[in-house]
Amino acid sequence: MFLKEYFLDIYKATKSLLTGMKLTGYYFTHHKEILTEEYPENRKSLQLAERFRGEVIMPHDANNEHTCTGCSSCEIACPNGSIKIISKFDITPEGKKKKAIDQHIYHLELCTMCGLCVEACPTDAIKMANTFEHSVFNRNHLIKRLNKPGSKIKEGIEE
Amino acid sequence: MFEEVGTTTEGDLIINLGPQHPATHGVLHLVITLNGEIIKKVEPHLGYIHRSIEKMTESLSYRQFIYVTSRMDYLSAHINNHACALCVEKALQLEVPQRAQYIRVIMDELTRIASHELWWGAMAMDLGAFTPFFHAFREREKINEIMEETCGARLTMNYMVPGGVMVDLHPDFQKKVKAFIQQYKAKIHEYDELVTGNIIFQNRMKGIGYLSAQDAVSYGCTGPVARGSGVASDIRKIAPYDVYDKVEFDEVLQTEGDSFARYMIRIQEMHQSIKIIEQLIDVIPDGNFQAKTKAVIKLPKGEFYQRVETARGELGVYIVSEGAAQPYRIKYRSPGFSNLSALDHMVRGHKIGDLIAAMGTLDLVIPDIDR
Amino acid sequence: MFSLEGITNFIHEWLNSHLPATFALLVEFVLVGVAAIGLFAFLGLVLVWMERKVAAVMQLRLGPNRLGPKGIFQTSADTLKLIMKEALTPDNADKLLFNLAPFVVIIVAMLILAPISFAKNFQIWDINIGVLYVTAISSLSVIGVLMAGWSSGNKYSLLGAMLSGAQIVSYELSAGLSILTIIVLTGSLKISDIVASQENGWWIFKGHIPAIIAFVIFIIASTAETNRAPFDLAEAESELTAGFHTEYGGMKFALFFLAEYINIFIVCAIGATLFLGGWMPFHIGHWVAFNHIMDYIPSSFWFFGKTGFLIFLIMWFRWTFPRLRVDQLLNLEWKYLLPISMFNLLLMSVMAIMGWYF
Repeated sequence: MFLKEYFLDIYKATKSLLTGMKLTGYYFTHHKEILTEEYPENRKSLQLAERFRGEVIMPHDANNEHTCTGCSSCEIACPNGSIKIISKFDITPEGKKKKAIDQHIYHLELCTMCGLCVEACPTDAIKMANTFEHSVFNRNHLIKRLNKPGSKIKEGIEE
Repeated sequence: MFEEVGTTTEGDLIINLGPQHPATHGVLHLVITLNGEIIKKVEPHLGYIHRSIEKMTESLSYRQFIYVTSRMDYLSAHINNHACALCVEKALQLEVPQRAQYIRVIMDELTRIASHELWWGAMAMDLGAFTPFFHAFREREKINEIMEETCGARLTMNYMVPGGVMVDLHPDFQKKVKAFIQQYKAKIHEYDELVTGNIIFQNRMKGIGYLSAQDAVSYGCTGPVARGSGVASDIRKIAPYDVYDKVEFDEVLQTEGDSFARYMIRIQEMHQSIKIIEQLIDVIPDGNFQAKTKAVIKLPKGEFYQRVETARGELGVYIVSEGAAQPYRIKYRSPGFSNLSALDHMVRGHKIGDLIAAMGTLDLVIPDIDR
Repeated sequence: MFSLEGITNFIHEWLNSHLPATFALLVEFVLVGVAAIGLFAFLGLVLVWMERKVAAVMQLRLGPNRLGPKGIFQTSADTLKLIMKEALTPDNADKLLFNLAPFVVIIVAMLILAPISFAKNFQIWDINIGVLYVTAISSLSVIGVLMAGWSSGNKYSLLGAMLSGAQIVSYELSAGLSILTIIVLTGSLKISDIVASQENGWWIFKGHIPAIIAFVIFIIASTAETNRAPFDLAEAESELTAGFHTEYGGMKFALFFLAEYINIFIVCAIGATLFLGGWMPFHIGHWVAFNHIMDYIPSSFWFFGKTGFLIFLIMWFRWTFPRLRVDQLLNLEWKYLLPISMFNLLLMSVMAIMGWYF
């Protein structure tokens, strides 16, 4: 019957609308469901995933030694040209010339954090750090030198 | 612009929907010819986010070109990467370790769920309901956290490499995924309460944007759009890759062909993805996660094609190799492009509100259409 | 006991004892004007903040939380920003109408404020056709919207304005009919009489089912009349970018925005007056002690509490439902709300004649 359908429609519609309102009403009254994290305040307790790819770094040990041989694998692996290796020739005690790293230049502003350089590195000299607060006022500050001044290669690392 | 529209007659209203418009999810530009408020013609214009990815990849090696594809359909980045990796492996005739295959499929399905979650929220937002968007992000955030922990990134993962995956799973991976599945199952009924069952929503979707099975095929629609019209087009069933032939899942089909059918397809696909993950998560075999490959990958001379099912439909990767370390030519067959082409057909004679609703059900990602 | 009536009486007596009667009246005019504008600004700031908080919590967010405790000053800062922005007039726009439209909308909103009774004996103008006045004036606001949409020279604005016109004109019918349903019971259009008639119980309780139906229809219709979601076709963000105020920026936009919230406040105030007893405290039958405690709460609190509840209800709608399409919107009005409210009015008239209400 027409009237019956008419009122059934109204009943069903109202019921579906009230179901939705019940849900939003539930969240309105249950504040513990709020998911927002207040970022600068929770900086201390913020736990980022250990593998999060934030920037490329070169770990140095206590003696200011790294494991980079200056082989340019990372430079070749990088799709954006964000790594530039400037190498030099060291004179070994035996008097031979040996290729070594002079400057490992890393352009953070070009980097897309794909992680290919880390995978390509044969000596695990570079890795991805999980830092993410990279904003600076001057773009030039994003061009980084990864090997620290005065650092040298660890003993026993060969190409 | 006016000359291009063609069917314009005196008294028609021509509206530029986009490239900056809240409902186009990016920089899609639609030129709509209106008669009053009835749509006479919709003409999509592309090119606002063209980054020439195909040309760019010609100068990248076979390891490097994968990461760029994350920027195409950024919501199914894993699946794009997967397609590229599969194509290279096919050319090299490389056997991928079982463990890597399992991981890849699980990651693909997680990506599919995340993509559909975002689509669900954005879809509701297109129809004027803002709350579902944030509720969808709650579950999506869990997936992003899982991705972040294992792959190191949340959106553009670059996790698949030729021969397997880049790093092994994080020790917590299985635990986290199970926790996610539990949360998903506990919360999924809210999706129906908030949106699916809503009378306004149903009235907005049912009977709108009809696409017949024939038209779906002739426009080249794939994925949920084609399946909503009853066209079985799931690549995971037609041409199974990796371990998809070992898992049991249904290809969801609806025959109505309207916006609501496409909506229901995606909702049910999320359930199917959960089903796939549940089957695989406990039986990931031990072993290598990556096959040994040469430092510089060189593909044999020839042409190689691989297709996969992304969250939006069929993605094809076509590589022409001259035997060098870089591809001679790469062509991507993106699902969004063909799906978008059916929009004009779907919405003629409807109103602007219906255009937005129908466009929402196509689940367009503009960088995927316009590479 | 805190009462707004005392303050007004004190000012009135003080002015009359120090100034000639005419001057006193003039000063009172100015004071009322300043108070009205002050209330506007205050309501705008508070309601926008409330809306954002309500939305945020329903969406599992925190909402404004940076400026002041719980972000209470966020809206003030936003207003400051809007004031400082350039008020741009597009080249293609009809300059006069374009600049006039926001003022039409805001002045209309301001006019409706006059007969509303905020507390016991605290009212700007207790006109004897109060409710009629409110319904008559509130239908003028559509002129401002149409003006804005037409004069912007933007197709989105034009579409939004036309949709809004069709919508407001239709929904006024059922809003008017549901108001009439209560007028049948009160027998007076005067706001103070309507409130006084609810001394022994609010109409929503006294009027049985017809009053409840009328209340529901009134809430739906007033949501539509104020262009709020799910009936926000005039500004449908995902369809028409911002509808009729697409081209407005700076303070001109802020006036539209303010008018929207003032209109919500006004329709909710009318709803509270008609159905929920205005400033009348909540009384239950012969529970003398309970009623006495209720009486102790100032009448202005009752009024703003009830209005606030209705405003929350309308916000609740907005953050739950998707938007209707224009034909569905009109279907809802002409096929459902209007016949039901007409029948409801008939039912209520019969009830009033037979005396079947408390």
